[in-house]
Amino acid sequence: MVPLSAYIAVGAVLFITGLLGVVIRRNFIIVLMSVEIMLNAANINLVAFSYYLESMAGQLVALFIIAIAAGEAAIGLAIIIVVFRGKISTNVDEMNLLKW
Amino acid sequence: MTDLLIKLIPLFPLLAVIVNGLVGRRISHDVAHRLAWGSVGLSFLCTISVFVDILRTGTPHEVIAYQWIFGGDLTINLAYLVDPLTCIMLLVVTGVGFLIHVYSVGYMHGEEGFTRFFTYMNLFMVSMLLLVMGNNYVVLFIGWEGVGLCSYLLIGYYYDKVSAAKAASKAFVVNRIGDAGFLLGIFLIFINFKTLDYTKVFAQISQLSPEMATAIALCLLVGAIGKSAQLPLYTWLPDAMEGPTPVSALIHAATMVTAGVYMIVRNHAIFDLSPTAMAVVGIIGGLTALFAASIGLVQTDIKRVLAYSTVSQLGYMMLACGIGAYTAAIFHLMTHAFFKALLFLSAGSVIHALSGEQDIRKMGGLSAKIPWTYRLFLIGTIAIAGIPPLAGFWSKDEILAHAFTHHHYLLYGMAAIAALLTSFYMFRLTYLTFYGPSRMDHHAEQHVHESPTVMVSPLMALGVLSILGGFLGFPPEHGWLHQFLAPVAGMGEEHEASTGLVLTLMMIATGIALLGWGLAHYFYSVNVSVPDRLSAQFQAAYRTLLNKYYVDELYDLLWVEPTKKLGFLLDWFDRTVIDGLVRAVSRLADLAAAGSTWVEKYVIYSGLNVIGYGNHLAARQWRQLQSGMVHHYAAIIVAGLFLLAVIVQLIMQL
Repeated sequence: MVPLSAYIAVGAVLFITGLLGVVIRRNFIIVLMSVEIMLNAANINLVAFSYYLESMAGQLVALFIIAIAAGEAAIGLAIIIVVFRGKISTNVDEMNLLKW
Repeated sequence: MTDLLIKLIPLFPLLAVIVNGLVGRRISHDVAHRLAWGSVGLSFLCTISVFVDILRTGTPHEVIAYQWIFGGDLTINLAYLVDPLTCIMLLVVTGVGFLIHVYSVGYMHGEEGFTRFFTYMNLFMVSMLLLVMGNNYVVLFIGWEGVGLCSYLLIGYYYDKVSAAKAASKAFVVNRIGDAGFLLGIFLIFINFKTLDYTKVFAQISQLSPEMATAIALCLLVGAIGKSAQLPLYTWLPDAMEGPTPVSALIHAATMVTAGVYMIVRNHAIFDLSPTAMAVVGIIGGLTALFAASIGLVQTDIKRVLAYSTVSQLGYMMLACGIGAYTAAIFHLMTHAFFKALLFLSAGSVIHALSGEQDIRKMGGLSAKIPWTYRLFLIGTIAIAGIPPLAGFWSKDEILAHAFTHHHYLLYGMAAIAALLTSFYMFRLTYLTFYGPSRMDHHAEQHVHESPTVMVSPLMALGVLSILGGFLGFPPEHGWLHQFLAPVAGMGEEHEASTGLVLTLMMIATGIALLGWGLAHYFYSVNVSVPDRLSAQFQAAYRTLLNKYYVDELYDLLWVEPTKKLGFLLDWFDRTVIDGLVRAVSRLADLAAAGSTWVEKYVIYSGLNVIGYGNHLAARQWRQLQSGMVHHYAAIIVAGLFLLAVIVQLIMQL
């Protein structure tokens, strides 16, 4: 039987990967994908704890998250397209209008 | 009915004052003077009605016209007390006042400020009526000050004349000295009796200690001295002759100056308790009578002679008060009002005839030219000289007789000598004015004319009163007037002098008066060089008299100049010390303001600027945080989360 810690470790690795992707990568699409990775890392954790605790609530929340992630990806891609039309770029560094 | 009439008496002149004072400029002179004498005439009619009522019933009336001040111990009403004494005063004031008002219509004709004159005169009537009618000391005092004010206004009637303005101020200031004493007296009365109503005060009079009675009486006396022009405060009255002649007649002879005598008679219950005060009153009266009469001997201004004569006659009244002859004092007050008003108005008629000339050295021989004025002036002279059976004789003789029979021989002597002097200078005045050769300017002589009827008829009325007025007090000490005044002034202790003594005293008084006449006749008609020789021989005495004993100069030296110097000193003190202090304070304030401005500018502002600039600098650093780059924010969020996690971990372990 695979121990709980293994699931958590995989989840943590995935999460760190997504996090680093968000922080380091400059391509907006990659950033969006990294966010998806982080969400799925959370999903793994939720399902693992659900199993471990013999409670279905975790798996239910995981399903919700998948649905939200789909929506989020759709909106995110739409934003990317809008920004791209204006800037002819998907470089995150160029999207710096939110500063002082 | 009587109460209503009493309330109306002072109201009529007041209405005339209000109308003439407010719209006097818009109404014609004819309306103004009719209002003036008409209102006084109505008051006179009311007075007669009230008088008849009191004569019939014999009960005094106390009427509250208006509840004025009440609270605690103090209740003061605008209330009138009309008793026999007030009745006599009212008759004199409104009667003589009416005649003088009528006379003024002629005398003041064509003067500038005609309406103003009558407004002041009526205001005077109101004040004088309040003075004699008040049932308490406050109303008395209001009237007292009111007549003083009107006296000031009317002396200064020709206010563009410097001497008139100065005389007015002098009268006002000198009267203030007396009024201060009077006020103190009123305060003392209130402290002792807790009331200011005459009737209540006199009801408790027996509780008064002799010392307190002396104090109150002397304070009241000071007031009377000021108002009635007695030594040493008489100096304002001769100067008051700067006013128009009707004013001299009404205010400075017949009514206002007798207010002091009235006040003493009204308060005789207090004076009776204090032999000291009585002696002082008598001595002051006697000295004043003598002193003023001696000055009157050599004066050359017709009105000033009459003024000194007034002072002297007021001295008689005070003397009468001092020996307890209150009825005689009021009697003399009344007859004096008649003949002195007559004399003043006749003198006014003379002045009128001579187009303003007042110097008797420039008159003479007028008897043929203004016969009516001459006859009436002669009646006045005979009356004041005390030759029977005219008015002055009866009242003056009564004072003399009272002094003699009550063993005040010193005062009798003074009064007798003063009577001789009075007779002499009054006949001197008559001789110089009406007899002998004319010494007038040619120009003035051509314009001599008898005064119009409106002036002569009041003179005739006063002449009749001067002839017959004395019989109100006949026979002496038991006349009608004495019976009438007995409830107020008291009959005095019964001191039955033998008929022989009374007759002897009358003979002596008549003899004195005739002697004065004889001397004047000899000096100014038979042997006209005598006065000049005498004045050359007794030059020092003559000069002293001519300069009125240098009293004005003495007062100037003693009081006026030091007061002026004190004024200058205070002015200097004010300018240098007090103003210096004020300026120093303002300099200090300036400096303090400059200092605080500096502190504000350089300390507080710089402090605030440091804070502000610090914020500015910090903000410049911190705003770098807001890079606007998404991954920066993400990194910071992550870092924050880690930090939060660590903190939570640490807290959990605790």
